[in-house]
Amino acid sequence: MGKKVAVTGVGITKQSSVRHDVNGVEIINEAVRAALEDADMNRADIDAVVIGNMDHFEGINYVEAWSIDGNGGLMKPTMKVTTGGCTGSTVAMAAYYHVASGLFNKVLAIGWEKNSESDTTGAITTAFDAIWDRPVFAGAVAGLAVEAALYMHETGATEEDAAYVAVRDRKHALNNPFAHLHINLTIKDIMDSPYLSWPVKMGDMCPRTDGACALIFSSEDVVDDFPMPPAWVVAVANRHMYTYTADADFGSIDGPYWMTSLEAASKDIYSRVGISDPLNQFDMAELYLPYSFAGVKWMEALGFTGRGGGPELLRSGATDMGGKCPVNPSGGVLSSNPIGATALLRVADAALQMQARAGARQVPDAKLALCTGFGGCYWSDMLILSKDKP
Amino acid sequence: MTDSEKICIDVLSGPDEEQPFHYAAGVYGSVFINELRDNKRLMGIKCPKCGKVYVPPRRVCPPCFVEMTELVEVSSEGSLYSFSVVSFGFLDPATGKEKPVPYTYAVIDLDGADNRFLHFLDETDHNKIKINARVKAIFEEERTGGLLDIKHFTMV
Repeated sequence: MGKKVAVTGVGITKQSSVRHDVNGVEIINEAVRAALEDADMNRADIDAVVIGNMDHFEGINYVEAWSIDGNGGLMKPTMKVTTGGCTGSTVAMAAYYHVASGLFNKVLAIGWEKNSESDTTGAITTAFDAIWDRPVFAGAVAGLAVEAALYMHETGATEEDAAYVAVRDRKHALNNPFAHLHINLTIKDIMDSPYLSWPVKMGDMCPRTDGACALIFSSEDVVDDFPMPPAWVVAVANRHMYTYTADADFGSIDGPYWMTSLEAASKDIYSRVGISDPLNQFDMAELYLPYSFAGVKWMEALGFTGRGGGPELLRSGATDMGGKCPVNPSGGVLSSNPIGATALLRVADAALQMQARAGARQVPDAKLALCTGFGGCYWSDMLILSKDKP
Repeated sequence: MTDSEKICIDVLSGPDEEQPFHYAAGVYGSVFINELRDNKRLMGIKCPKCGKVYVPPRRVCPPCFVEMTELVEVSSEGSLYSFSVVSFGFLDPATGKEKPVPYTYAVIDLDGADNRFLHFLDETDHNKIKINARVKAIFEEERTGGLLDIKHFTMV
């Protein structure tokens, strides 16, 4: 079954709306040096590098080469992975595969973005088909808003239900010194914010961030080389959907799937790990929730509650700090969104939780963590991490 | 020296600069564009295995992974699967200029098609738009070849 794999080093840069003090190579290097220092490693100890971002945000289409001076991969096996918003989680999965294969012992995984360097929605639009999508497409905001409109229509959920998620994640971010946004908001603040794309308001949407994240993935054979306890990767799964925007299937409330790719990926990974009651089995979750409505509907797709049960689950407090399964103790995507790093930050924060070193955002005695990545045309990645060796 | 002003260089940002691309629509995509321009007909394609009809037409049915060859006409009317009224400004990469807002982004179930079709709806007051509303395509008078030979959809 291959080698068991653990995260043994974490590096996260300062996240903010604009980092004019560094170029892309330098912000990558900040994260890499932080991860190496955390892991008590030198560049010479790295066996391979996996790096990812979304090319169109910086207009650099060859980033693994362009950033080689800063990314640690000089004259080493290096590859780039780009899967839209999922990039960071797919980078993590690719690093995991490198190590699980037995071919590499210590692999550096990097996700980064400088969203300040282009128009985010204009750039995202270029990821979609030039003939059939782009004339109408309005980036992730409208692409998500149609799911939100349908979700409200199908279940009777409200904009206030979604606002709960926007408030919760921003509140959690107050405990995270790395988070981009540190703002204490109320449901009224969210409801009073202007519509970006009805029914999605400014307060419902993730920010655009400059930042980078780097992790060290290590084989079970070498985990004793590191100063910090290992955060084990138990399993990974992903599902990718169609190319044209309108082909994306949100699933139907009475159909086989509800948020199709996420429900399919979760069924796969849960069956392999033995998860039947995620709300009670996971101690915390770092979920790629790019907009507030995802924190309602996608909890249903993930099996934390039944279809249409999202609003009640949230209001029970189960996903707040101190609840049964706190969601996004880091503040999540709604508080920090350097897009190519965003999904890797989910894994980074879950690893810190498993290592019991998440500081003010630590979930006491956390032993099992769920991470997700979201991107592309409703694509889903999932990783499960544990404190104990699987 | 590190306190000196932080410099950002603008690249390809002016109205007169562009990097042109030439995208192939493919055999069936070309049929769709030609039929739309010349005859105001919307063409789909049918999977020989599962029978699903896709619009715009493409060669491969993704789940069955088989070649599709049977072109079929689909209706220019359908029902509204979902929508959003876009009100934030962003740069349109096709023009380098701000996309005019508000506009309504509509995901439409065309009659006779099994997947969905992305286009504009002319109504921009979200209170007046209902999911499942019947809609029809309004065609441009002067059609030049492309998705925007359909001007928008309107509720009927």
